[in-house]
Amino acid sequence: MSAAKNININLKIWRQKNASSKGSIETYKLDNVSTASSFLEMLDQLNEQLINERKEPVAFDHDCREGICGSCSLYINGRAHGPDTGITTCQLHMRMFNDGDTIYIEPWRSKAFPVIKDLVVDRTAFDRIQQAGGFVSVNTSGNTIDANSIPVPKVDADKAFEAAACIGCGACVATCKNGSAMLFVGAKVSQYALLPQGKVEATQRVLNMVRQMDEEGFGNCTNTGACEIECPKGISLENIARMNREFLKASVK
Amino acid sequence: MKLDSKIPAGPLKDKWTDHKNHLKLVAPNNRPKIDIIVVGTGLAGASAAASLGEMGYNVKAFCFQDSPRRAHSIAAQGGINAAKNYQNDGDSIYRLFYDTIKGGDYRAREANVHRLAEVSGNIIDQCVAQGVPFAREYGGMLDNRSFGGTQVQRTFYAAGQTGQQLLLGAYSALSRQIGLGRVKMYNRHEMLDLVKVDGKARGIIARNLITGEIERHSAHAVVIASGGYGNVYFLSTNAMGSNVTAGWKIHKQGALFANPCYVQIHPTCIPVHGTNQSKLTLMSESLRNSGRIWVPKKKEDAEAIRAGKLKPTQIAEEDRDYYLERKYPAFGNLVPRDVASRAAKEVCDAGHGIEANDTNEGVYLDFSTEIQTKGKQSAYAKGNHNPTPEEITALGKQWLEEKYGNLFTMYQKITDENPYETPMKIYPAVHYTMGGVWVDYNLQSTIPGCFVAGEANFSDHGANRLGASALMQGLADGYFVLPYTISNYLADEIRTGKISTDSPEFLEAEARVKDSISKFLNNNGTKSVDYFHKKLGLIMWNKVGMGRNEKGLTEAIAEIAQLKEDFYKEVYVPGSADELNPELEKVLRVADFIELGQLMAMDALQRKESCGGHFREEYQDAEGETLRDDENFKFVGAWEYKGDDIIKEELHKEELKYEEIKIAARNYK
Repeated sequence: MSAAKNININLKIWRQKNASSKGSIETYKLDNVSTASSFLEMLDQLNEQLINERKEPVAFDHDCREGICGSCSLYINGRAHGPDTGITTCQLHMRMFNDGDTIYIEPWRSKAFPVIKDLVVDRTAFDRIQQAGGFVSVNTSGNTIDANSIPVPKVDADKAFEAAACIGCGACVATCKNGSAMLFVGAKVSQYALLPQGKVEATQRVLNMVRQMDEEGFGNCTNTGACEIECPKGISLENIARMNREFLKASVK
Repeated sequence: MKLDSKIPAGPLKDKWTDHKNHLKLVAPNNRPKIDIIVVGTGLAGASAAASLGEMGYNVKAFCFQDSPRRAHSIAAQGGINAAKNYQNDGDSIYRLFYDTIKGGDYRAREANVHRLAEVSGNIIDQCVAQGVPFAREYGGMLDNRSFGGTQVQRTFYAAGQTGQQLLLGAYSALSRQIGLGRVKMYNRHEMLDLVKVDGKARGIIARNLITGEIERHSAHAVVIASGGYGNVYFLSTNAMGSNVTAGWKIHKQGALFANPCYVQIHPTCIPVHGTNQSKLTLMSESLRNSGRIWVPKKKEDAEAIRAGKLKPTQIAEEDRDYYLERKYPAFGNLVPRDVASRAAKEVCDAGHGIEANDTNEGVYLDFSTEIQTKGKQSAYAKGNHNPTPEEITALGKQWLEEKYGNLFTMYQKITDENPYETPMKIYPAVHYTMGGVWVDYNLQSTIPGCFVAGEANFSDHGANRLGASALMQGLADGYFVLPYTISNYLADEIRTGKISTDSPEFLEAEARVKDSISKFLNNNGTKSVDYFHKKLGLIMWNKVGMGRNEKGLTEAIAEIAQLKEDFYKEVYVPGSADELNPELEKVLRVADFIELGQLMAMDALQRKESCGGHFREEYQDAEGETLRDDENFKFVGAWEYKGDDIIKEELHKEELKYEEIKIAARNYK
């Protein structure tokens, strides 16, 4: 690895006992953080320190720690997934910070993502949107047609893949001033709209998913594009445009 | 206890078809009367829950993550194998079957593996029908690539995110059933015990991880699809939450645990950076299609590199040891994982490691040759038959970016080095566990009504799993095996009726769980859970890792016994039981890892041979290759729980029979 060094930092972290209690920012000092550590390894180090001091560790969501499961979140110094682009918080490294820095860490803030505890929020609204229409209605059978019997132009397949690369982390919602989930929903709608397998249910899919999105309390899109900038997977705004087109097409049918 | 694998009679190629034709069925009108619990929502769990829901059963699915879409199958990078022979390179069901048995070093069941190869093609068809966006060629057809241990191109992929796309496919099928009310999903729930009534699996005790409530759930059958146990080593490529608890709890209730010592150490991971490291990151095996692995021939060059005085790009071609190409010319950089990992350890042990960390362990994965080859091809394809060296390099890099862009970016973010310019540094890390709960051909454990699927069972990979075969097995079990075999079991349950959760068995299991939680929370210890987990990990890595011997294993067993004692005396768990408490979740998991670790060492000690990922230093040939002992160890080692002291577990043997394949020394030279 390139030369790692140790830094001392100050942390300002949102602490909240549970969904019904009021939270506040607490201050912590953490010394000897290796710049080769990931941001979450820094939080592990803080928690180890808190446990040794018999204090309650900070709760935060995380799992794969390689940027693909979408569990980790965190608003760091006012940015979703912190001060770097194209990554999740678990891929953020301490080399992005300097000795003596003060770092603010907050949960995703959105009406549709209520805080569960400390930095952990409830993102099940995304699951419910998916359940409303994010699928192709094909049962397991082993008797579907051969995978190569419908050629799919490479350009379409690649675009569908790029949309499907969404990890459902919710950074788009957290960073949007309207708390809109249009990038998330647009990506799912686009994946199916671009593939022949998704065409049959296209009308119902977009209507149902958008209905559920509205019911969950997500805001509307005003095309400011913050979501695209903060998306760790680089999901394009084009997907929102495509969803709007699909929605319009479905609405006038 | 007599182990009955229930492998059907008849010729190998007809076994599964004949078996399916004779399995009992449950009529559609009876299915809504039957409850099934599925624990885990990775490829095996999500595909099983979705398929069983589609059939009309009442399904309850559980995952500890905040959404079923986050199960660790999501992180699989490289691909999924299927015997489609789309590339016309001589592939067939038989070849996939043969490669898998051979790759597993002749320690897997023929019948299971053949079934896996048979349904492999259906998986691809099913996934494409679901809208999984696999990589395609310009003609619109599906693209393939090669993986280790094969000489054909049968791996389907979606950039370096194949697991993600397949899991999201299964998750979409599961979501559809949840939306239709046929599957009830329990997110942020962890199974903490199995409930048996009259010897049959009848439900589980689960903890709601948000409220801390201990819940009783009943069912006519329980499916465990909770993944592997690689986190017993603390550092592994598994997700932080991946754990063995579901599998271990059913083991304690009577399910045998098979071949726990078979662990896959993956050759291409990013090396360890320091003591605060929490997990290791894999660099997909698919990179070995394009990368060449080497270390400096001269030790002094390796030393200079570690000291930062020399760069890898300054080492002349003739001073590099491409040791895999040298030792295994037929397969080269694409030898199976266990072989590649051991070879890396060997060169590093000999002082040629290039990483400047405590252990100097690291080797290069170099893409410069591929940049030149592909760059030239791309230039020609564009009609430029006289490309300049700069044009070739630029086009070559572009080709790499298209193929592996996300992996290269991931590497750069973690290490702060640019793999397009300088070779990647890699080293083996714990990745996958071939061992798991013993199951018969129907994927049923030794507890009636308790089925185990995916990485959680032991069934298909023998002593070493080939790349791109885990995704295949997870989906095969969930989509195409379990729905048949579980119905056969449930056919006798249509008259049972709803199962009460107020029986003494449920109350007893609930009390067990509550008791263990309260013991940990009231323990007046001083050390964190991670303190013990890291200690366990070090024992496991040093003594039950890539190279094992009698002395080390004996020591490991004693050291883990001591660690277990200290753990129960000294561990400190903050917080309370009735809230989101990640430390409490961890302590319950680590308690199970400690016991499993001991059993792994015992299993490795009894297996006095080397096979696949299990390398006993005492058993190697003159060239340092694994030396199997087919006469004495051609069996599945399945352990029976005998109470708190793991050392008392009893070993049962299931003899492996090879009728189709002539068992031979594995040769990749």
